[in-house]
Amino acid sequence: MNEVLQARGLRKAYGERTAVADVSLSAHAGEVLGLLGPNGAGKSTTVGMIAGLTNADAGSVTVGGTTLAADEFGFKRRIGLVPQDLALFEDLPALANIELFGALYNLPKATLKKRAMEVLAMVGLADRARDKPATFSGGMKRRLNIACALVHDPDVLLLDEPTAGVDPQSRNAIFDNLEALKRAGKALVYTTHYMEEAERLADRIVIIDHGKVVASGTLPELLRVLPAAQTLAIDIDGTPDLAALQRIAGVKQVQFDSGTLSVGLDDLTRSASAVLQAVSASGVSVRHLSSGRANLEDVFLALTGRQLRD
Amino acid sequence: MNAFNALVRKDLVLYFSNRRSVIMSILAPILIAAFFGSLFGGGDNKAANIPVAITDLDHSELSGKVIASMRADTALTLSEASEADALVQVKAGKLRASVTLPAGFGAKAGNALFGGKDKPEIVLNYDPSQSMVLPLVRGLLAQHVMQTVSQSAFSGSGSVMKGMREQVLKNPQMPAGQRDELVTMFDTIAKVQERSTPASGAASAASAAAGGPTFSVPFTTREVEASSKPETHYNSYAHAFAGMGVQFILLMGVDMAVGLLLMRRLGLWKRLRAAPLSRSKLLGSRIASTALIALIVFAVIYAVAMAIFKVRIDGSVIGFVAVLVAFALLTASFGLLIAALGKTPEATRGLAILATLLLVMLGGAWVPSFIFPAWLQKISLFVPTRWAIDGLDAMTWRGLPMEAAVMPVVVLLGFSAVFTALAIVRFQWEE
Repeated sequence: MNEVLQARGLRKAYGERTAVADVSLSAHAGEVLGLLGPNGAGKSTTVGMIAGLTNADAGSVTVGGTTLAADEFGFKRRIGLVPQDLALFEDLPALANIELFGALYNLPKATLKKRAMEVLAMVGLADRARDKPATFSGGMKRRLNIACALVHDPDVLLLDEPTAGVDPQSRNAIFDNLEALKRAGKALVYTTHYMEEAERLADRIVIIDHGKVVASGTLPELLRVLPAAQTLAIDIDGTPDLAALQRIAGVKQVQFDSGTLSVGLDDLTRSASAVLQAVSASGVSVRHLSSGRANLEDVFLALTGRQLRD
Repeated sequence: MNAFNALVRKDLVLYFSNRRSVIMSILAPILIAAFFGSLFGGGDNKAANIPVAITDLDHSELSGKVIASMRADTALTLSEASEADALVQVKAGKLRASVTLPAGFGAKAGNALFGGKDKPEIVLNYDPSQSMVLPLVRGLLAQHVMQTVSQSAFSGSGSVMKGMREQVLKNPQMPAGQRDELVTMFDTIAKVQERSTPASGAASAASAAAGGPTFSVPFTTREVEASSKPETHYNSYAHAFAGMGVQFILLMGVDMAVGLLLMRRLGLWKRLRAAPLSRSKLLGSRIASTALIALIVFAVIYAVAMAIFKVRIDGSVIGFVAVLVAFALLTASFGLLIAALGKTPEATRGLAILATLLLVMLGGAWVPSFIFPAWLQKISLFVPTRWAIDGLDAMTWRGLPMEAAVMPVVVLLGFSAVFTALAIVRFQWEE
């Protein structure tokens, strides 16, 4: 895959406080890179340095082989920024907002008109082109916020918490838009502190905490840092044979506490039936059964000892 | 589309689509300037008469003549009332002053003119909130009393001279030589007055009308407006519109600055900075749009002033436009400086409005700067608004040529350059 964005050793301090200590990441065409971390982890500062808004104390950013220092305007033309805030002129109609931001990239008038309508249609707001954002719902404003960053057809889209404060339906609509962009070959850098969003959207995830990258990789790769990827929880009457359970292939962890048996597994589909047979063979009766999958929250907890939303 | 033009166009569209801002910037200065203009004389420059009451406790021929003389004065609106009623009306603010001519005024005034000790006391009550009227009423009263009493004292039929002659004759302590000289003088004046009186018993006013000598104010005045052109007349609206225009356009500049801070808060500034735009283009477009709005708003304000309040550009039109353009640039750079120094929109708005009001106050927008104490007048020369208002006054009602606009324009542009340089140095580019 074509590597469009490459950031190496980014560092930024404000006085005594180090916001970003040493962040490196890369994004490829047709890929969503999730930048996951709690509030204050340094995600927005990292995005700011990539977009050229914040001067990095150290490190470099290359977009399509160009650096900010070598060709500032060429560099910026390849990037579309969706700020965390709703960066819209509320008293300008939706179409005028998009045309204004397109004009900043010196698009020819005819191209600008065409592109503005295209991106409005893409985010499902073509029928509201003449309406002002002040009359829009939160979700519609978020979609318009994204459309404004797309009008100049950038290679890299930097999305800083783009679904903050929207309802689940609007969030799904935004995810559909982003997946369409990914299919269109754009490289997306998606910052969030919602692990569900990163899990759903991101092809690769970079976990940041206290300005440092604590882990990166695909979701399965990250889950591998945990003792077990999946869990089977069984409420039983009686005492199970824990030793027998631990001998089953694929079982990573067995715990019994207060009548609940927790069994950590690599793959539920392969090992669940063997676990249930062993439980049955030990002569106990099952009252309730549930299964769960480890997630990025667990990964973050395992890596940092803190909850993602701490 | 050109990015610079798009940014300027955006600011213009946003500003003029905000009805409240437009009303504040255009209608408010027009209304307030109309009020101040009419307060200071309006277009015809005719001062309002001073309402004064007079009470005659003497009821003599002389007090009657004083009242008649004051009634004929166009500067006063004279009414007669009892002493108590007049005082009540002054206290209520319905009259500016009341004058009481005491009993015995006619008899004592003539003698007092020749050094008599028993001077009649005229009581003058005045409204303390209108203290500037006091010297005016006092002066007019002195003029009418002196004129009337002098005429009476020196008339041949007047009792004053006869009484004085009797006193001299009966004074045993006066040396004989001095007594003779004074009696001769009184007799000579009496003869002259009798000769010039056309008929016995006629009023001295008639004598004056017949060309005979009489006593009156020993000078006349010819009042000429000191404007540059004979056809140019002072129009107090011209100054009021200049002052109020300057004030509200500077406040518009504050709004533009606060708008910039709001853009920063809303993330819009981040989005603009993410675009391939130079800093000069970003700030330059803001200066251009603010200056254009200032120019348009001031032009509309002056258009109304000319159409309704007869304000005229009696000086150089080019000079007038140059002062407007220089002031528009000053407004833009002032706004940019505020945005550069401000932290939050809320705190910045309050401080910036205070700074603006100080600037316009010291610039003479509310009251003409000649009212200021001398030290303050000197300080106001370092205030750009003073130059803007002086420049606009020079090009409108003063009717001065282009040369009079050069200094204000240079000073305004100088301040604009300094403000812009400071703004660029202090502007916070990083988020």
